[in-house]
Amino acid sequence: MNLLDGLWGVLDLLLVAVLLLLAMAAVLSSDRRRSMMLFIVFGLVLALVWARLHAPDIALAEAAIGAGLGGALLMATLRRDTHQQTDRFPQHPALVWGAGVLVMVLGTAIAWGLLSILPTVEQTWRKGAAVDAQLAFSGVSHPVTAVLLNFRAWDTLLELAVLLAAILGIRALGYVRSTYVTEAAFSQLAVWLVPLLILMAGYILWAGAHSPGGAFQAGALLAGAGILLRLAGYSYAGLPTARWLVRLGLVAGTGVFLLVGLGLLGWGQGFLHYPVAYAKWWILLIEMLATVSIGMTLTLAFMGGIPQKEAA
Amino acid sequence: MILDALSVLLLLLGLFFFVSGLLGLWRFPNTFARLHALTKADNLGLGLVMTGLLFQVPDVLWAIKFVLVWLLALVASAVNAHLIAVFLHRQQERHDESA
Amino acid sequence: MAGLSAINPQFLYVCAGIFLFAIGLWGTWLHAHYVRKIISLNVMGAGVFLTLIAVAYRGENLPPDPVPHALVLTGIVVAVSATALALVIIRRLEDATDV
Repeated sequence: MNLLDGLWGVLDLLLVAVLLLLAMAAVLSSDRRRSMMLFIVFGLVLALVWARLHAPDIALAEAAIGAGLGGALLMATLRRDTHQQTDRFPQHPALVWGAGVLVMVLGTAIAWGLLSILPTVEQTWRKGAAVDAQLAFSGVSHPVTAVLLNFRAWDTLLELAVLLAAILGIRALGYVRSTYVTEAAFSQLAVWLVPLLILMAGYILWAGAHSPGGAFQAGALLAGAGILLRLAGYSYAGLPTARWLVRLGLVAGTGVFLLVGLGLLGWGQGFLHYPVAYAKWWILLIEMLATVSIGMTLTLAFMGGIPQKEAA
Repeated sequence: MILDALSVLLLLLGLFFFVSGLLGLWRFPNTFARLHALTKADNLGLGLVMTGLLFQVPDVLWAIKFVLVWLLALVASAVNAHLIAVFLHRQQERHDESA
Repeated sequence: MAGLSAINPQFLYVCAGIFLFAIGLWGTWLHAHYVRKIISLNVMGAGVFLTLIAVAYRGENLPPDPVPHALVLTGIVVAVSATALALVIIRRLEDATDV
């Protein structure tokens, strides 16, 4: 027992050391491509840390969204024509180190403040017990999904609105030149990986009701399928070719969420206050459409907002 | 008990391949050799780890998930290695042409 | 061994999160290129998320607090959408300055 505890201590230290070293290397490396690679690896190690801290939902989201999609989005900014892009701190070294000392002092101050109130957290703002008490009335049995889609559904609605605003901003910028080349190897991979990804997205969405998973992770898997199709040479990346269908898909998540909320308000239930008996089905409906919207939004974000034919 | 022993044995064997793959990644002279070490050792290592874990599953659904994870990792590493190798090969050809 | 097991994991991960925040702030502040600022900003965000999840962690035997988990999940998606918008603006900017 004692030995096992010690082993956990060693693992914790190793994980934290690797995480911090990767973050420093990603921020400080002078080669831009290398910095992006290190950031992706950083995201994957962070996913391990989430798993270690008993946060499997976030581990899934981090691996798919933070490391996967974030990495793909970053790589899309690399230009085809240049080989290596170096960025060093442009400031005088003394200023760089001075700023480094300053941020570390700030960090120490935050740490000191936070750690001094940490022992009181259990009594003051911990809401875990309240969630557990209400879980049976939420329509789902997984506490994180219950918080996201029921107790704090308002936040999640606004989050989908943020996602919608971001993609509208991206689309408003017009065409951007695509920087990636299509690879034959991807088209063979896509043939059987894309159906599998769609199946897994459906599974993760369904599993979210009772275990880690849900709309965000499922949407990220769909976006992964879309990006794979785009890299395999499909210029529409599996998105509908009709413009109105794309627009409909992008607003579906936010729109239906809002309509359900308003409908329940009109029904005399209060905004996004599901009747207990039907909560499960409302949540499932909203999550399904949110998955489609998230998948389409993130795929389009990778493609620069507007599907376009490959310039020959 | 025998199953547990088998698991431990396979996990250790898998670990050995991971470590040798890492050594190869670290010490081999060029990218092609490093890719070779990484993919060979990692695929076999992961396969052994997954086989070791298969003796610990509570039901068939878990076993299917484990096998799926392994297959996906195999495909991903094969495609990745291929893409990196093709990219390097093209770069070298371009370099030869310009020289 | 005994000394290491004395370290409270919550303490360790809260400190790690704040360190990530500081490192990210450093990079966001000093880097001249926008893509590097974005990467650093994401490291900063990761630090905040790690701090929150470390606070939500309640040891091996108690279930963690689901509210910060939901918050961080929301945060990751918002961070990636803001990153996507910023990166497309950068791509557009570079396209415009090239021609």
